[in-house]
Formats: sequence, C-alpha cells, structure tokens
Amino acid sequence: MTSPLSLLHFLNGLGGEAVERHGPWPRLVVDEAAWKALIGQLAVSRWSLLGLWAEQGVVHMALRDAEGDEFAVASLPCPDGRFPSVSGVRPSAQRLERAIQDLYGMTAVGLADGRPWLDHGRWPLRHPLAASPGEPGQMPPYEFLPVLGEGLHQIPVGPVHAGIIEPGHFRFHANGEAVARLEERLGYVHKGVEKLMEGRSVAEAGRIIARLSGDSTVAYGFAFALAVEAALRHDPPPRAIWLRGLMAELERIANHLGDIGAICNDASFAVMLALCGALRERVLRAADQCFGHRLMMDRVVPGGVTHDLNPEGAALLRSLVSELRPALADVVHLYDEENSLLDRTMGTGIVSGTLVHRFGAGGIVGRASNRDIDARRTPCYAPYGFFDFDVPTSFAGDVNARVWMRMREVASSLDLIEAMVRDMPSGDLMSDLPAAVGEGMPAAAGEGMALVEGFRGEILVWVRLDADGRIARCHPRDPSWFQWPLLEAAIKDNIVADFPLCNKSFNCSYSGHDL
Amino acid sequence: MWKLLATTLLNGPRTEPPPPVSTDALLELAASVNRAARARLGRSLSIRQVDAGSCNGCELEIHALGNVFHDLERFGLRFVASPRHADVLLVTGPVTANMREALLRTWNATPEPKWVVASGDCACTGGVFAGSYAVAGRVEDVIPVDLHIPGCPPSPRDLLSALLALLQVASSG
Ligand code: SF4
Repeated sequence: MTSPLSLLHFLNGLGGEAVERHGPWPRLVVDEAAWKALIGQLAVSRWSLLGLWAEQGVVHMALRDAEGDEFAVASLPCPDGRFPSVSGVRPSAQRLERAIQDLYGMTAVGLADGRPWLDHGRWPLRHPLAASPGEPGQMPPYEFLPVLGEGLHQIPVGPVHAGIIEPGHFRFHANGEAVARLEERLGYVHKGVEKLMEGRSVAEAGRIIARLSGDSTVAYGFAFALAVEAALRHDPPPRAIWLRGLMAELERIANHLGDIGAICNDASFAVMLALCGALRERVLRAADQCFGHRLMMDRVVPGGVTHDLNPEGAALLRSLVSELRPALADVVHLYDEENSLLDRTMGTGIVSGTLVHRFGAGGIVGRASNRDIDARRTPCYAPYGFFDFDVPTSFAGDVNARVWMRMREVASSLDLIEAMVRDMPSGDLMSDLPAAVGEGMPAAAGEGMALVEGFRGEILVWVRLDADGRIARCHPRDPSWFQWPLLEAAIKDNIVADFPLCNKSFNCSYSGHDL
Repeated sequence: MWKLLATTLLNGPRTEPPPPVSTDALLELAASVNRAARARLGRSLSIRQVDAGSCNGCELEIHALGNVFHDLERFGLRFVASPRHADVLLVTGPVTANMREALLRTWNATPEPKWVVASGDCACTGGVFAGSYAVAGRVEDVIPVDLHIPGCPPSPRDLLSALLALLQVASSG
C-alpha cells in the first residue's frame, strides 16, 4: 500500500503563494488550475472539508488531513465571481456554496442544486455581502425536490413548530407511515451576523458571535478568542485558558443533560426529562454562581476571560461533580433498563459511517457513527493538551448510540472539570491584545482560524483583522452545516412519528447554521 | 425506575416557591390591558412560544420553566402546540425578515383575547442584531406587544415573575 499523499505536500506542490500572518495553519492562494487540481485530488483523498466561505472576489476552502493531523486553507481569487464548485466531490459543500451564492452573488460553477438557500426573497437587498448589493428581485417560489410514486403524500411542517424549538421547514414525502424523503429548508433565522461583524471592534464582534447559537455561547466565544489570538500571535494567561476549558465543559454537560432528557421525552419517557432537567438546572445554577451568568455568555473574550473562579466557586464545582456522578449513574441505569424506551431508540434513525465520513460530520453525530474526531484532541488547543480524557465512539449510528455518546461524554467532562479545578494555575485573567497605535500599524492586523469542540461538534471560526484591529471578515461555521444533511438520511424509511426522536438525537442548531 | 421513584417520594418535591410577581410587568400591563378585550380566563393561561429569530438562548431558559424547580404548570400556565389554543404568544428573538410572515400568521391564528409577550433583549430592542439587513425589527414593529421581559436571556425566575403578573391581570378582568 502506498502511503497517502499529505495535504500540505500536495498544496505546496500546487505552486500557490503562502499568506503571511495567517495562523496557526497555512493559507495558500492558488489559481484556478490549482483549485481544480485540488478538487481532483479531493475525489480520491480522504481529506475532509472543514469549511468553505467567501469574501469579495475570493473563495476559501479549509481542509483537514486526518492521517497527518494537517490543516490548511486554500484561497482562490475569482474577480469575475465564478469559482469551480467543490460539491461534486464533497456533498457537504453544497449548502455552503448555495449560501455563498446568496450572500455574495458569486457563482459556484458546476453546483448541481442552484436553488437559493439563506435568501428567501425577503431581504431589502440581494447579495448583502457583495461589493455592490443588488435590488431585491422577484424570487420564484421555492421548488422542493419532486418525489414520484404511487400512494405518496406530502407533509409540510414549519417553520413554526409545535414545541419550544427554533424555526425551520421540513417537507416530508411519506408513503403511509414510512418516510420516503425528508427535505429540509432552513435560513428562517438568518440574522446577517457576518455583515454585522464587519468593521466592528473585536469586543463588539465577540458579543455578536457569542449569540450565534446561544447553547454554544462559550464554545463560540472560545473559538473566536482563539482565532483572534492566532491572528495577533497573542497568548492569553494560563489561568484564563483553564477557566475557558472549565466553562466549555460545564456548557457541554448542561447541553448533553438537556438533550438526553429531551430525546427520551420524545419517546414519551417523561421521567427522564424531569430527572435530567433538574440536573441541568444544577449545572446552570453553579455556572451562574461561579461566573455570573447561567449560560456563561460573554465570559470568554479575546485576551482571556472576564470572571475568575474564587475558592467558594471551586468548592461548589467539586460538590457539583460529586453530586452529578451518582446522578449520572441513575440516568444510565434508568435508560438502560427500560425496554420500552430502548425499543424506540435502538435501530432508529441510523446514519451510516460512510455518510458521516463523506459529509465530514463531527460531534455526537459523527462519533456515534464511528468518526473518531474531537477538536479537543486534534488539532488540540489549550488547556486540553494537559489532560487525558475519553472520547467515546460507536459503530451503531442510531438514536441509541447518540444517547450513549452523550451519557459517556458527560462522565468524561465531569472528570475534566474535577481535574481542571484541582490543578488550576494562578495568575491573571486577561492580557491586553496588541492594539493598533495608528493608521496602518501592522501589530493589530492578521488572520487567524480556530477549531473548537462545542457540545455539538467542531466549530470553525476564521477571522481577518484590519490594520486598525477591526474585523475585516469573520466567518463562523457551525457543526450543524455537516449534520443537518445527514438528518435527511437518518429519517429515510423510518416512520414519520419517529422524526422528533431522530431530530432531537441530532439537535442541530438552526441559528448557528442560518448565520 | 422504582428506586428513583422511591427516592423522589422520600425526598419530597424540589419545586421552589415562586418569585414575587414582577411590579414592572404589572405597571406595563396596567397600561396595555385596557386596550385588550378583557375576558375571564379563569386562573389559567395557554402559551404558544414563537421563535422569530432568536439565538436559541432564550428557548433554553423558557424550557427551564418546565423543570421541577420552577414547575410552570402549577400556576395554571402551560405551553400549547397550536396558536389556535393559545391566550399568550411568547415571542423571542429579533424578528428576522425570513420569519416576519410566519410570526404575523401565527398572531392572526391566535384567537382574541390574546396577549403578546416580547421575551429577551432581542425581542424588546433587536439586541445585538438591530439594524441588520436581515432583521425586520423588534417584535412590536411587527405585532402589538403587551409585555416586555428584558434580559439576555431572561432567567427562568424573570420569566416566571412576569408571567405571574400577566396571569394576575388576565384573570382579574
Ligand atoms: S435575548 Fe439574548 S439569549 Fe435571547 S435570543 Fe437574543 S441574544 Fe439570544
């Protein structure tokens, strides 16, 4: 067997030009021939697509080579607004390219599905991020994919759903009870965050990105901070780094507990919702007492963190861990001994390992189908390098596996919290970012990228700071981008009534995806 | 399961006493409620939550209203699936351009008398999203609002004390 070609080796051979001040991974500007060669190589390589986003006249593609733990960005200048589509070799690129077309008015040449995605024809302008946005045009009605066959009927659901959840539209084609196809239509909560961040100070943009997906506010704050710090080659103080890790694990536990309860509740097992809801509340209250906000919003900022953990807080977290460990054992026991519940979750909503790899889906959804990646381990970021922790995976890919991943991750995060509280270094919470002293001072400029493991999966944030230290461009890529399409696959041939269960077991973000 | 049920029985309920009724909310409602056709609803209100563009943080805390600590339903407040069954629309988020029509339709589908609560900074002012091309505005730019609950997100206790004020006003008509 020949050893596979490494990503960086291949990229360097394309004759691209490496961009200075892009951290921590290389970014290469390539020409169209090289971009096409890269697409050709993607067809035969196992590199995964981490992100695809645009700027005026440029399109960027972030890639990972899992074999060698290599990460890189390839950028194609396309002054005429046309770039060769990547979606033929990476289907996960399809919706990202549709979004680029909507936001920038660029054209992904060869994109099979050219329907608009985020633009529903209701904005006061078209191509809001383009150099000169267009007039709002008449948009033809959105055409769902046709399904032909005897006895098929359509069930439209949403955007306003029956529960307390975010809005989106699901179009089911069903044959009796069985789902022949689910098609998602998203974009309802598009708030234009990328445009809003442009030209803002780092602090202002941080408050916006912390509200991209409220359930992952710590993870987004963390990723944004790492990206800005990478752009400025800045190291925050050690204590701040540990506090970030601590908040990130509290957020993970709170969300997983909420999800375990909600999934079981969607299988009509309400007692689990009551049990997990109480445990989640304990975590949020501890977060509130330690850091002054139940969701810990705006606590992780570029340069450090805003709140310290005092000795009472540390004691509180220790007792939280010792309370949650036996409680988690109760949850596991309750789940695992209830046959009528397992009957609903086992074998339901299966996602194959092949699909998960093709779409580069991470997080719970990826790991439950044996895609063994976790940004905390690779590329790894502080403070996680200091700890050994369990990253569970499964082969099954069903709702049951996704419940189990969450239960095991809670256990692993409890260990992490205990260790972080025990070994936390002392010192400052913040260090000043290099500031722009005047017009064109390069200290404040740069480009940075970060991958952070939120409870849902890998969050990518890419940022460019201008010479004044303001945001020239910031692109956050929610893990949901690569998980939503798999939900369509998971529900196929299942019964309509199991959709809430499948959907909850994914728990993708609408707001994070819709930008 | 039995062990869990037994422990729960022995330890008693964890439900906490309610927070005081929000005076700010009472004041705001005193002004707005004359406008609404007041009707005796008994001591109960059905709430339909509508996310008109939130970041989902507000939803997390609204969910927490149902947990055993807050136990919303003991007050006769409950969440319903259809706007046609609702007395109250609890709206979160700045209203995005893409959700504006859905919000209007939901409001139109809710029978009179109805109350609209704008919950969270985004719903009240647009929050950090105000001014975006993709945001149609605050909730009250789209439908009439009776009560504002500030906060990002409002905590379950903030939500509860405001909703209790609404319950008090609505059931004294
Ligand atoms: S008020 Fe805060 S938590 Fe609520 S939707 Fe707005 S940003 Fe999110």
